[in-house]
Amino acid sequence: MAMKQSIQKRAGVTVLAWVVAFLIFFPILWTFLTSFKSELDAIAMPPKFVFFNWTLENYAEVQERSNYLKFAFNSIVLSIGANLIGLLIAVPAAWSMAFAPGKRTKDLLMWMLSTKMMPAVGVLVPIYLLFKNLGLLDSLLGIGLVLMLLNLPLLIWMLYTYFKEIPVDILEAGRMDGASLFNEIIYILTPMSVPGIASTMLLAIILSWNEAFWTLNLATSNAAPLTAFIASYSAPEGFFWAKLSAASTLAIAPILILGWFSQKQLVRGLTFGAVK
Amino acid sequence: MGSIQLKSVTKTFGPVSVINGVDMNIQDGEFAVFVGPSGCGKSTLLRLIAGLEDVTTGQVLIDGQDMTQVGPSKRGLAMVFQSYALYPHMSVRGNIAFALKMAGEKADVIEQKVRKAAGTLNLTDYLDRKPRQLSGGQRQRVAIGRAIVREPKAFLFDEPLSNLDAALRVQMRVEIGELHNALKTTMIYVTHDQVEAMTMADKIVVLDRGSVAQIGTPLELYNRPNGLFVASFIGSPTMNLVRGAPAAKRGAATIGIRPEHADISTTAGEWPAVVRLAEHLGSDTFVHADAAGIGPLTIRLEGEAPLKPDQTIYVTPREAHLHKFDQEGRRIN
Repeated sequence: MAMKQSIQKRAGVTVLAWVVAFLIFFPILWTFLTSFKSELDAIAMPPKFVFFNWTLENYAEVQERSNYLKFAFNSIVLSIGANLIGLLIAVPAAWSMAFAPGKRTKDLLMWMLSTKMMPAVGVLVPIYLLFKNLGLLDSLLGIGLVLMLLNLPLLIWMLYTYFKEIPVDILEAGRMDGASLFNEIIYILTPMSVPGIASTMLLAIILSWNEAFWTLNLATSNAAPLTAFIASYSAPEGFFWAKLSAASTLAIAPILILGWFSQKQLVRGLTFGAVK
Repeated sequence: MGSIQLKSVTKTFGPVSVINGVDMNIQDGEFAVFVGPSGCGKSTLLRLIAGLEDVTTGQVLIDGQDMTQVGPSKRGLAMVFQSYALYPHMSVRGNIAFALKMAGEKADVIEQKVRKAAGTLNLTDYLDRKPRQLSGGQRQRVAIGRAIVREPKAFLFDEPLSNLDAALRVQMRVEIGELHNALKTTMIYVTHDQVEAMTMADKIVVLDRGSVAQIGTPLELYNRPNGLFVASFIGSPTMNLVRGAPAAKRGAATIGIRPEHADISTTAGEWPAVVRLAEHLGSDTFVHADAAGIGPLTIRLEGEAPLKPDQTIYVTPREAHLHKFDQEGRRIN
């Protein structure tokens, strides 16, 4: 009897999980399907799910109208570059917070987290003016800098949590073995933290890839990543849903594939500290 | 060379004073053991010598040179940690070679030294394994190998055997003792186990609440403890301490009798007592008895003694071996 109940319960939970997963996945699926429709089919009422004339014309037109590869290149350079530079700052910062904390380390960590709660639009004007005066508007350097700073609190927090799990004895053993601080970080701490650093980087890269507010406001063409590429398909004359969908599919495909292959690390990254 | 000298060393963590002015001299080649109950500051003292903690006041001298402000990597000491603290991402070879690599040794010299250390410690077959593929005893050996390969001025051991099971602990104790005989390098060994201290040390430093209670050879501490703390800490089973009239009669506030320094008779003696338990170990018998007006006593008899619970016996201490202490717990004889 109890066994039967537990099977029913598990079946219920499984069905629920699939429903939730489908709800979350549906917009991506719909975008993907729409990208193969004609503009007329795309806005047809009632909506057409799979029985329409499949066509590649949207992709062809998107290719013709804009240089996808250039946007994709910018997205890759920005999301990977910004976070690699961020990592160079975050590893030593997290080291000092985890292994040589001062009186105000906790406050500093909380303050860093609090910056993530501030609405970005609140500092748009000062940053825009700063960028304008420094000549950083629409430059990879400028956008990269903003993306790096945006993710820095997250990088430091996640690495801090990860480093806290490393027994300090091992670092002390390194010191006794004659390792300088630099060598301790390069030869002991970093290699021991590879899984943590990898999942942190993965999450940060995805966040940077999807970051739209700053990239749309500070970049127009030269340094514009794929977010700008999508946005360019919402014209003032109205939406061309099929083309917009084709552009969106192209924009999210790389990161979706990356996420698919690194699910395990991602889950580890997202549940940091929650499970030990 | 590897003499270590501490001069009025103190350590405070915020308002808490952990080490209260410790002076000591450890000679080159000596095996010194810091022993004391948990929280007495023995590990902190070792970390102060290692440089892993900064002294609050006082000086740490190594080979006569003031090393108080010198970082751990530059003191020329090697440490074996309680948790082994092996580098989990490196092979056994990588672990042992790490210090040499940091010192900028050439690859062929490193390989030769690693092989020699691994040979000494029976680790040759395991050089390519990762620490997680080793047993506890093997890990401990790697930790020791990592220390010896550097040819340090002194070895520091922080409770290195407390994670091992009893049989392995005895074996490793012997191995560390043999290592000391072979290398003749200064060793400082921290333990809370007084048996380890007694069996391994040339010199024991007994610590009590951040201060040195007594420094001496194992037998000095056993035969002439300078106070009640050392008297009751060193020796197993512990010394019997008797207060009141029997002590007053001998001109002391407390008298101490080692379990082997009392005679038992079933007919006559100084203190009548009732046997609670007799532990028959074959070579010895430990008799636990309650003496009226005195309290529990433990007496060690050689060989077998046919004693049973609830039997009445008479205990007589041997006057020549009595330890006498005053009101403050200091030795007076």
